Parts: sequence; structure tokens; C-alpha cells
Amino acid sequence: MTLIDYLSTILLIAGALFFLAGTLGLLRFPDIYTRLHALTKADNVGLGLIVIGLALQSESLASAGKLILIWLLVMFAGASVSNLIASGALQRGIRLWKR
Amino acid sequence: METLTLLALSFDALLNLSLLYLAWILLNCEDLLKAIVLFVAFGLLMALAWVRLDAPDVALAEAAIGAGLTGALLLTALAKLRVIETNKGTTQQLKQDSENFQTLHYMTPLALLLVAIGLGYVVFSMPPISAGLSNDVATNMGNSGVSHSVTAVLLNFRGYDTLLEMFVLLVSLLGVWSFGSTTSQHETTPGPVLDTLTRRLVPVLILVAAYLLWVGAHAPGGAFQAGSVLAAAGVLLLLMGWRPGGYLSTLPFRLILVAGPGLFAITAALLYLLKGQLLAFPVEYAGIIIFALETTATLSIAVILAALFLSEPPHSDKEHI
Repeated sequence: MTLIDYLSTILLIAGALFFLAGTLGLLRFPDIYTRLHALTKADNVGLGLIVIGLALQSESLASAGKLILIWLLVMFAGASVSNLIASGALQRGIRLWKR
Repeated sequence: METLTLLALSFDALLNLSLLYLAWILLNCEDLLKAIVLFVAFGLLMALAWVRLDAPDVALAEAAIGAGLTGALLLTALAKLRVIETNKGTTQQLKQDSENFQTLHYMTPLALLLVAIGLGYVVFSMPPISAGLSNDVATNMGNSGVSHSVTAVLLNFRGYDTLLEMFVLLVSLLGVWSFGSTTSQHETTPGPVLDTLTRRLVPVLILVAAYLLWVGAHAPGGAFQAGSVLAAAGVLLLLMGWRPGGYLSTLPFRLILVAGPGLFAITAALLYLLKGQLLAFPVEYAGIIIFALETTATLSIAVILAALFLSEPPHSDKEHI
């Protein structure tokens, strides 16, 4: 294994951990707003780490570019959709969770 | 290597079990909204299964059409069902329907069992190791006009399959139109977030569709994948509140609808007259014919799928009340 292999392994594992944490949050957090907050960690950071880990292994600059484009699109769509879900929930009068 | 195959095997087993589990709970789900969400999840896992089977073309189509567009269609259908239920209040009729559905409920597993037995018989009567038709495809690739075997099979060797699929799509749209609909024809203004999302995404989606169409000649991609991505752009615009009107509502719109199947049928008829065989492309022109067919098919598929989402033929401005 070369240095790049080690680096991408570390990035992939870190990304998977973020996905695990995001999923745990989605299942265990008390209300819709906090769950959305947990999901963004998986979508943005987790996917980002995995994309960088894979891009390091890609054969050409073009395929690395496509991977990064996917990440940017997911972040863009994820942020917008989270906002839409949260504002929809607020409009329906779903209360914020308080301890 | 050993651990890798073991890992792959356990991943496949997990994938299969999740598919079966998802299918079971989504069929038993009382809440329709939940069932639709589960259906989309099922489609995405199914796409993953196709990737594991080394069929990225099918995976792309499954993710885009099976999970994405069908999910969106089901969601709008559900929203319309709720409007109808609250408007008419025909609980009696609905009760009757659900009682009829109860008998269907018991018939379905029986029918599925028969299908499963038939499929099982076919699968187990096949020789365990066989190259199938892949050798024939490989030897004839030079005559197909493209370098991707899936595209060669879909558009050239078995072009009539795709021809018929195009007509199935068109007929399904006519079926939906004949039901009449409750869509609002009035444009609405979206919120700032949806507005920005759509304005940024639609150009990207158009670009991706063009890329998928172009790349289909030598890699996974093609008319159905490109068409469904383009349709997603249309659905996004419709969700944002845009309604086709004016010049988009009349002849040009209908021409685009029939362009794909029409060009396919004309090509088939011409080749039949000239060469005595349906869709037997002359080798030197096969590439350009396939590209022309795929381009018009992409446009038609996109417009048909988006029109299914709108579920009503767009009116011209004069017909507005």
C-alpha cells in the first residue's frame, strides 16, 4: 500500500463513521429539526470524506471531477430540501423539542 | 482475496435480505405516504443490486425512473387522492372499493405464486453455465454502429423492443389524460429556496441528460436514462409552480410527444420497404441512425414522463377560465 492508499483508507473510514453518526442521530434524536441536523452531518461531511477518499483513487482527473460534482450537487440539494422540510414542519405547527 | 469475496458475499446477502424486508413492510403498510417512501428506498436498494450484478445501465434506469420519477408520480397521485376524498366525501364508494380490494388482496399472492413457479421453472431448466447470446452480440458489435453492447442490443439488434416501449409510454400518457384531472393550471410562485434550487439545478440536469445521451454510444447511458433526467428537470419546474402554456400547449408540444415513437416507426417502415426487414440498419449509417433515434426518443421520453406528472394536457391560454 502506498501513502495515497493509506490516506484514502483513513478518509473512507472517517466518512463511514460520519454516516454512522448521522444515521444514529436520525433514529435517536427527539424531533424532526434535530434529526435534520444529524442528517446534514452524514450528507455533507461524511459524503465529502468518502468522495475525497475515492477521488484520490480515481484514474483520471475527469472522474475525480465527476465525484466532486456529485458531492456539490448532494450538498446543494440536501441543504435546500432540509430547509423545505423544516419550514414545512414549522408551518404545520410542529413544535421545537425542549428538554 | 478470500476475505474480499466473503465481504462481498455478506454484503450481497444483507442487500437481498433488506430488499425482501423492505418489500414486505411496504406491502403491509397501512399509511400510503409511508409506503411510497419505502418504495423509493426499495428502488434505490434495487439499483444497488443491479450495480452488484454488473448492470449499470439497468441501475441508472432503476434509480432514475423506478425510484425517482415513480416516487414523485405516486406522491402526486396520493395528494390528488386526498383532495378527491375531502372534496367528494364519497365514503360509501371508497368502502365498496376497499371491499373489492380485499378479495384482490387474497388473489394477488396466488397470482404471484404462480408467476414465481413459472419463473423458477424457467430458471432451473436453463443450463447452469451458458454464454447465452453474448457471443453473438460480441461478434456482431462491429456492425452495430455503437461500441457499448447494451446500446447495440437495445437500439439495433432488438430495436423493436425499444420501439414498443416508446409506444407503451405514449399510450400510458393517453390513458392518464383520458381520466381527466384536478391539476391546477395556474402558475404559483415558489418560495426563495425552491426557486434558487430549481434555477441552479435545471441547467445542470439538462447538461447531465445530454451527457448521458452522448455517452450511451460507448458506455452505460442512453435515451431512457437521459430522458428521465430531463424529465426530472421538468418535474422540478412543475413542482416550482411553472405551467406550460402558450406555444408549449398546442402543436409543438404534441409533436415532441410523438417525435420519438414516430421517428422510430417511420425508420422501421422505410427500412422495411427498402430492405424488406424491420429496423435492419445499414451498417455504415447505423451509428447516426441510432443517435438520431436516441435523441428524439430522449426528448419524447422526457416530455411524456413530465406530462404524466402534470397528468393533464396543458391548455392554451384561450381555454383558460
